[in-house]
Amino acid sequence: MSEVNLEWPLWEVFVRTKAGLDHKHCGSLHAADPKMAIQLARDVYTRRQEGCSVWVVRSDQIVASDPGDKAMYFDPMEDKVYRHPSFYKLPSEVDHM
Amino acid sequence: MTASISLNFTPQVEYLLRIADTCLILGQRLGEWCGHAPVLEEDIALTNVALDLIGQTRALLTRAGQIEGQGRDRTLDEDQLAFLRDERDYRNLTMAELPRGDFAFTVLRNLVLGTWLKLHWDRLQQSSDAELAAIAGKAVKEARYHQQHAADWLVRLADGTDESRRRVEKALAELWRFVPEMFAADAIDDAAVASGLGPARSALREAWQAEIAAVFDAARLAAPAEAAFRSTGTLGVHSEHLGRMLAEMQFLQRSFPGGAW
Repeated sequence: MSEVNLEWPLWEVFVRTKAGLDHKHCGSLHAADPKMAIQLARDVYTRRQEGCSVWVVRSDQIVASDPGDKAMYFDPMEDKVYRHPSFYKLPSEVDHM
Repeated sequence: MTASISLNFTPQVEYLLRIADTCLILGQRLGEWCGHAPVLEEDIALTNVALDLIGQTRALLTRAGQIEGQGRDRTLDEDQLAFLRDERDYRNLTMAELPRGDFAFTVLRNLVLGTWLKLHWDRLQQSSDAELAAIAGKAVKEARYHQQHAADWLVRLADGTDESRRRVEKALAELWRFVPEMFAADAIDDAAVASGLGPARSALREAWQAEIAAVFDAARLAAPAEAAFRSTGTLGVHSEHLGRMLAEMQFLQRSFPGGAW
């Protein structure tokens, strides 16, 4: 038998609501493997009918931007208004974006 | 203290109470895990199952009360039926009233009873009683999940460490003698089949055995041989455990009848 691991890994949980298009992060939990993580996410995070679809990702698989790089990464967007699609009118058939 | 209520036990009422009381008593036992489960997530999962069962109980007891009250000057509601009956008027399977046990015992009992309940709910969707069919339509989804949750855990524990395996085998040895009652045949079931109210327990045995065998195969477990012992909870003759449990469960309602807050 392989070495016993007494700690269950941490998983991040994302839930999509019935009316929604995207999965939103709603919390985390510990589980031994992917199947258990999905089942526990259903038990812990959808009790109040929060959603119709659940994603789980092991927390150590998430790569996040460095807070120290925030200025370099995100400030330059502040004054580039030409990148926003706000200078033409969408036809009504597609105007739900 | 409020005195116990007495019921007119027609075959229909008996049949409904067997299922309702099994859900009620099992729900109460699972509720005992609140705050004590091995991990927080399972604390929530087990109490979710308990709440589902109590929800099913409420619907069934309300219906049973309506049927029992037909042609009488009073209709008993779900609270009166749940909390004011004498021990011998409960019709749950003896297996449901056994003490909470450890986690291995709990998941094994949840699998055994969960499969039994799911098979009932499945067939009850075709009940001649429209109310009962509607209740079953909702309950069967919950029951499928309860069964899957228990099956997943049983396989993990049986195929886990030496300690978890030992506990599963101990649970199997303790629980199995209470299985035969789940499939006993009698006049109550015959009446239910004749009126279209619901299936006979004995008709569910094969399907139950097949589903349990599939899980046991994955868990590399062998079902113990059937013994001669027959438990009798569905006849109102219970083990030493139910009385103790009811004393605690009924105390508040009997001290403050109709209390609300």
